[in-house]
Amino acid sequence: MRSWVAVISFPGSNGDQDALSALRDEVGVDARLMDHRETTLDGVAAVVLPGGFSYGDHLRCGAIARFAPVMTEVRSFAARGGPVLGICNGFQILTEAHLLPGALLRNRTLRFHCHWTHIRFERHGNAWLSNVRPGEVLRLPVAHGDGAYFADPETLDRLEANGQVVARYCEQDGHLSPTSNANGSSRSIAAVSNEGGNVVGLMPHPERATNPLIGGEDGLRLLRSALEILAVPA
Amino acid sequence: MAIAPGQWREVALSDDEYRLLVEVLGREPTPVELGMFGAMWSEHCGYKHSRPLLSQLPTEAPWVLEGPGENAGAIDVGDGLAVVFKVESHNHPSAVEPYEGAATGVGGIVRDIFTMGARPIALLDSLRFGPLDVPRNRYLLDNVVGGIGGYGNCLGIPTVGGEVFFDPSFNGNPLVNAMCIGVTEHGALMRARASGPGNVIMLVGADTGRDGLHGATFASVDDPTSSHRGVIQVGNPFLEKLLLEACLELLHGDDVVAMQDLGAAGLTSSVVECASRGGVGAEIDVALVPRRETGMSAYEVMLSESQERMLLVVRPEGVARVRSVVERWSLHASEIGTVTDDGQVRIRDDGTTVAEVPAHLFTDCCPTYVRESAESIDTIARRNLDLTTIPDLPSEANAGPQSVAGCLLSLLSSPNIGSRRSIYERYDHTILAGTVVAPGDGDATVLRLRGTGRGIAAAIDCNSRYCSLDPYLGAAHAVAEATRNLVCVGARPLAITNCLNFGNPEKPAGYFQLSQAVAGMASACRALDVPVVSGNVSLYNETGESPIMPTPTVGAVGVLDDVRIHATLAWREGDVVALIGGASPSLGGSEYLAHGHGLVAGSPPPLDLNQEAAVQRTVRRAIDSGQIRTAHDCGLGGLAVALAEMAIASGVGMTMEAEVPGGASGRVDEAWFGEAPGRIVVAGPEEHVEALIASAVGAGVTSTRLGRAGGSRFVASGEIDVEIAELAAAYASGLDTPDPLNGHQPVVD
Repeated sequence: MRSWVAVISFPGSNGDQDALSALRDEVGVDARLMDHRETTLDGVAAVVLPGGFSYGDHLRCGAIARFAPVMTEVRSFAARGGPVLGICNGFQILTEAHLLPGALLRNRTLRFHCHWTHIRFERHGNAWLSNVRPGEVLRLPVAHGDGAYFADPETLDRLEANGQVVARYCEQDGHLSPTSNANGSSRSIAAVSNEGGNVVGLMPHPERATNPLIGGEDGLRLLRSALEILAVPA
Repeated sequence: MAIAPGQWREVALSDDEYRLLVEVLGREPTPVELGMFGAMWSEHCGYKHSRPLLSQLPTEAPWVLEGPGENAGAIDVGDGLAVVFKVESHNHPSAVEPYEGAATGVGGIVRDIFTMGARPIALLDSLRFGPLDVPRNRYLLDNVVGGIGGYGNCLGIPTVGGEVFFDPSFNGNPLVNAMCIGVTEHGALMRARASGPGNVIMLVGADTGRDGLHGATFASVDDPTSSHRGVIQVGNPFLEKLLLEACLELLHGDDVVAMQDLGAAGLTSSVVECASRGGVGAEIDVALVPRRETGMSAYEVMLSESQERMLLVVRPEGVARVRSVVERWSLHASEIGTVTDDGQVRIRDDGTTVAEVPAHLFTDCCPTYVRESAESIDTIARRNLDLTTIPDLPSEANAGPQSVAGCLLSLLSSPNIGSRRSIYERYDHTILAGTVVAPGDGDATVLRLRGTGRGIAAAIDCNSRYCSLDPYLGAAHAVAEATRNLVCVGARPLAITNCLNFGNPEKPAGYFQLSQAVAGMASACRALDVPVVSGNVSLYNETGESPIMPTPTVGAVGVLDDVRIHATLAWREGDVVALIGGASPSLGGSEYLAHGHGLVAGSPPPLDLNQEAAVQRTVRRAIDSGQIRTAHDCGLGGLAVALAEMAIASGVGMTMEAEVPGGASGRVDEAWFGEAPGRIVVAGPEEHVEALIASAVGAGVTSTRLGRAGGSRFVASGEIDVEIAELAAAYASGLDTPDPLNGHQPVVD
């Protein structure tokens, strides 16, 4: 029976506890940490690859984590249509693992940036996007040094045509501007999906926006989709 | 091998100190012993000059769980939770290699916190540099900030607060003080006291290399650039993250009886301190220490300052369990020795004894010094300078530079006052999802304590300029300012940690500053009821003949019983604005004099500690009752800058209805830009602000209704009439950090 959300901990993951706590305590689903050496995803309904500095970002962000034992299972889970969400470093790992197109490059400023940002959702779909409408703007924090989404123009065109561009950095009212695209992402892209829509990567941190006390709760709009995912029988 | 005449000077021991060493040891030391004594009797480890002074500081209160002496202090914040915190300097390494120096400074203070069994939840930093128009200083700032962020961001500990100040005295001698705060349950606090003869000493974490050899010794002499070459440590935050998780997991069981990180003086200091605190002996064999380089001598292994290492004292039956936990975190643990009952620290090298010294000789017999003390003539002259000859500002609105509005814009765009956004945005301050009042939003940072309704607040402060003009008064101001900042977010100040950054104490002027500052800090701590629970001393911050402005940094921690009830800088349209506290502003030691007139002169503002306590109590109660949600203390730049910062933070203007409360001289510049302690601007609904004014007056605190928030301009008495957007633009340019890729446009459709 598929009944729980696995938050994968790689050595150097540091957003795993925040993701776990957001899903378990704020959304209220059964979420559990899973060690990177696990070789089975039995019983898992959805996988979250959390933020952090897996393997110290050595070599390249996400480049080593993609070889972790659990990733073999994540790959087949994704191929079977299982919902996979990569947040920040998790997004980087998914691109390195070729589960998502493109790459995350050094920020335009060459510096780490931590601030609240707005992202505009471009599509509605299965899995992780069940609660957001196209055009909806969420306010979420970013915290990354390598967050500039890059793909060649042909790939970008294909992503747009396929509806794989999930969200873009924008101003509060949803319009795109040079300042809203602080990290210099291609076409302001903040989140993309695979062709099937079941694998999503995004740079901002919904798990850090779960309560007005800490600056906002827009992250729950996204994470509450886990409720629907778990409601679907296996 | 005999010690050659004068060889002790290579480890920075004086002839007298060497004689004392031979006397207490009863023989000549071996070369390894000499190196160990050099490190343990250095200023950095031995507190030779500060120890006799530090006893003045109050260290006790009913809520103090652990005072100075352990790796960090700990206080009770309610609900069975202990908050563990400490600040430490990494000045000398940062002067030479700013990125790694600052990064390993963060690594060291974080280890101090988790060594106590606490999970680190916040970092703060206090930085000092020379002026930014010197390219080297801009390089230092950029790389120190990069190093702090690089290490803390990777560890996943939010960097949530700090301060930075620029003055030419920091040319060549920047200050990098890092503070870490951790949280744990009372019963889970760990001590670094070896016990139980027969227990096993294990070394966990990184392999040992030649990096940082003699770091402690050379942090204790002048001229860091010549002395530090080749002794800089390089940090590996990924390894530290694994070490942190492994150590916290180990603390859940009973296998580990003591934990001590390897910091300054490496293995020497951790073995000696662990044994000495526990009143036991220790025996280790350096041949069992894993190395990252070949051919290292026992001497080098004992004095290496390789980072990310931890010493554990483990019950023999727990060794296998400890090893398995450590290995699960992809680290290795080596058994390097045992605890003994003879009080000796015995070092072997593949079985051969190379050092054998009673532990207490290293810690208890370190000489201490009370030096000749005399204030420098120059300081006296600066303090006594006649400030009345400085032309006052005109009391009418005009846009020129020599007007109130012009000076306000200039101060807002100055490096000491302008926005710190370009710094704190390079630090992850949202991770752990606990930051309630973020950097830039309030006078202190507020963090929620998950699983309770409580919060803690933290601030780190010191006005180096006040301290340079009057170290006693300046250090007292540092305590008052740090606690006032906590009060301005609604927290009850509980305790402080300090980092005493000074010049050469062997010079009478240097010792005067150190001794006066400690005395001033002690008086303020007593009056404001905040004990010192941990700290660090960094002396010899001098390049050539120029010492730094003395900087006794104060890191303060307070508690909010209900974290939802707090205050920030931002006022709302229609709020009534008032000033609580009636101290007379003064130009002495002000940012206005330094920035506008190039003068570090005059006497810093007097500090009435009873008034300060009354102001703090009054404002805290008003916030705590939920009636006031906006508060900001008047710091650098005085009332004008405080009001402008609140307007900028809220995007809402303000109109003064009252005459600006000035000083005795009647000067316009003094009223607007003069500085004084115990002054807090508050804002809120009319009835709540009026009630606060009434209760303040009842408590003997002069208070003035200033005006009303609203509109988009800051308007005052015909002297100021400026758009908030103009103030904000000036403020944003304060650190004027150029975009490294200027000219490149972001990509947008």
